[in-house]
Amino acid sequence: MGFTGEQIERYSRHILLQDIGVEGQEKILNGKVLVIGAGGLGAPILLYLAAAGVGTLGVIDGDVVDLSNLQRQVIHFTPDVGKPKVESAKEKINQINPDVKVVTYHEFFTAENAFDIIQDYDFIVDGTDNFPVKFLINDACVLAGKPFSHGGILRFDGQTLTHLPGTACYRCAFHSPPPPNAVPTCSQAGVLGAIAGMLGTIQAAEVLKYLTGAGDLLTNRLLTFNAKTMNFRTVNLKPNKKCPVCGEHPTITELVESEQAVCELKSK
Amino acid sequence: MSKIKVNDESQEVTFPLTVTGLIKLNNVLQPDMVSVQLNGEFLERQDFETTELKEGDEIDFLYFMGGGC
Repeated sequence: MGFTGEQIERYSRHILLQDIGVEGQEKILNGKVLVIGAGGLGAPILLYLAAAGVGTLGVIDGDVVDLSNLQRQVIHFTPDVGKPKVESAKEKINQINPDVKVVTYHEFFTAENAFDIIQDYDFIVDGTDNFPVKFLINDACVLAGKPFSHGGILRFDGQTLTHLPGTACYRCAFHSPPPPNAVPTCSQAGVLGAIAGMLGTIQAAEVLKYLTGAGDLLTNRLLTFNAKTMNFRTVNLKPNKKCPVCGEHPTITELVESEQAVCELKSK
Repeated sequence: MSKIKVNDESQEVTFPLTVTGLIKLNNVLQPDMVSVQLNGEFLERQDFETTELKEGDEIDFLYFMGGGC
C-alpha cells in the first residue's frame, strides 16, 4: 500500500516513532476495531482511533445523545442532543479523518448479535456502562478468540485490562456480574468527566499498540488509578484455572443475556 | 505485630487473621463485592472466612467498576 503525500504528512508523528514507522501506520490503516458504546469511554477511544487512521471503526450504541452526557462524552456536541450517538460519532470521525470507514450499529450489544458483529473485527473495545454487557463482551471475545480491552470507571477511579487469547480475562478476576444495584453506576454515583478521557485514551493506546505490535500490552495485568491521589497501579493477574469461561472446566460455553438468565438455565 | 502487603502497601496486623477479618480491618466499602488475590492467586468468596493470613502475604483487593457511560 502506497501512502499519498497527504497521508505521509497526516501520520508523520506516528511514522517518526521507531516502534511504528511506515509499516506500523500501514497496519493501523488496515486495522478493524469495534468500539462498544459511544459514551464516556467510547468518545475518547473513537476520537483517537479516528485521528490515528484506524481503517475501519465499528461503533455500536442504541442510545441517543442526552444533555447529561456532554459533561464527559466529548465526541458529542450540544446540537447533537436527541441524535443517535452512533450518528453523532460518525459525523465527528468523518470530519477528523476521511481515511476512516465508519460502520454504525444503532442497537445494543446482545447475546443474539454479539458473534455476528465481532467476527468482522480484529480488536474489540469495551466502552459500556453496565456489568451484564461487560461480562457479555468478555464471554463473546473469549469464546470467539478475539482480543479486547476492558474498561471501567466510577467516581474518581478507573481500571482496564487487555485480553488476548490465553491471557487472564475479566471473569478470571471478577467471577460474575454483581447483583443489580449492588454496585453503583456512574449515573447513580457520578464520575469525574476527565476520568473517562484518562481511561479511554489508555484503551486507545492499547488498541494502537496491538495493531502495530509496539510495546507490551496490559495482558495479565489490571491497571487501576485514582484521580484524587493520582496513584496508578498495575496488579499482576494470572489466568484463573477456576474461571467459568476460560478456566479448566468452563461452565459458560455459549452466550446468555445476563447472569439471571444463567441461573434460570441452570435450574432447568 | 506482623507485616503483610495490601494493594502494594505494607500493613501491620495481628494474627490470627482471616481474609474476612482483613476486609473488615480495611473498611472495604462493599465486602461482598470485592475480589481478592492472595499471593497472586484468586480466592473463592466462600474461602475468605477460612483462609488464615501469614507473615509476608501479599493481598490485592480488586473492585467492580461498571461505568463507561
